[in-house]
Amino acid sequence: MGPRIDPVGEPEGREHEFHAVIDADGRIEPRDWMPEAYRKTLVRQIAQHAHSEIIGMQPEGNWITRAPSLKRKAILMAKVQDEAGHGLYLYSAAETLGVGRDELLDLLHSGRQKYSSIFNYPTLTWADMGAIGWLVDGAAITNQVPLCRCSYGPYARAMVRICKEESFHQRQGFEILLTLARGTAEQKAMAQDALDRWWYPSLAMFGPPDAESPNSERSMRWGIKRFSNDELRQKFVDMTVPQAEVLGLTVPDPDLRWDEERGHYDFTSPDWEEFWRVIGGDGPCNEQRMAHRVGAHAEGAWVREAATAYAAKHAGRQVGAA
Amino acid sequence: MSSRDWPLWEVFVRGRRGLSHVHAGSLHAPDATMALRNARDLYTRRQEGVSIWVVPAAAITASSPDEKDPFFDPAADKAYRHPTFYHVPDGVRHL
Repeated sequence: MGPRIDPVGEPEGREHEFHAVIDADGRIEPRDWMPEAYRKTLVRQIAQHAHSEIIGMQPEGNWITRAPSLKRKAILMAKVQDEAGHGLYLYSAAETLGVGRDELLDLLHSGRQKYSSIFNYPTLTWADMGAIGWLVDGAAITNQVPLCRCSYGPYARAMVRICKEESFHQRQGFEILLTLARGTAEQKAMAQDALDRWWYPSLAMFGPPDAESPNSERSMRWGIKRFSNDELRQKFVDMTVPQAEVLGLTVPDPDLRWDEERGHYDFTSPDWEEFWRVIGGDGPCNEQRMAHRVGAHAEGAWVREAATAYAAKHAGRQVGAA
Repeated sequence: MSSRDWPLWEVFVRGRRGLSHVHAGSLHAPDATMALRNARDLYTRRQEGVSIWVVPAAAITASSPDEKDPFFDPAADKAYRHPTFYHVPDGVRHL
């Protein structure tokens, strides 16, 4: 029941219908005709999003055994489990576009599809669990809320579920930092250090500046994207700076200031050279993340095989009993 | 069947008593029991349901390749099936 692609060129009526649905802000569903480029763009975007959720379990998984209390440990485990769930919702959405689950995992494991570059940074202290929840999930929410209105139905529906769950993630992160910021001088310094290290990578999560994001315009026209990278980045900064003030922490940007005329904060852009370098594979943790993911998949093979064998045996018995 | 081709299951969740089951999403699993367990972990982590159905996606017969087509046309010109089609004089109550 994958999408129907007409290999010999689409009759004009179908393309016209597709654009009429998009123009009316309607939703495209899996069995509708769609341009091949629309399908490809969605597969790439949804798969990259799913991979990010799956790889995103690692930086936080790093702290489960060392969470400072049972409560924090339970919360962190629930959050990491949510990330796995988000990955699975998204893989399912991608599959409605006619691509297989195993194919997508192969693309991740062989490095042919990417995941968000933010997860190639290490989580050095407990405060990083706070910074990830507050900043990384905060940036993700800013990106994802407009995706709940994406023109592709299955993706939009997955995003609705995800956004509902992400808001707990952001709040628990903020609470971790608030607790540290109101603690001892050493704890507050730890919170500040986490903000210093995660601020610019979080700003980079919105992708390159509009001028260097050639596919953005087409995605906007197709109703996949609703706001440009720079618009979302600005929205995130405007939302986050007052929260940093509540925490009593300093955003590591000497040029950050409120621009009365624009009604927005002026801020320093992330280092785009670093961004491209990390995406290209040269981040602090790229190798570690991929090795861990591929290893976990290989080590889980016997579990998948056992479940398959059990299902086959059981199916045989049912036939025999009938 | 290798683990590479576990069938796809569609998951339907009853949010609470009194509501019907609603499509929540899909997942892969080797058999119905595992599909149910995985559906519980994937779609009801926050008490979203009191009952789950899992259905092999391959067992679903769908109306047509497109979501809109002549299959539904016969209903389009029968406005008289709706109560708003009928004129009711002023003053007539409980009708």
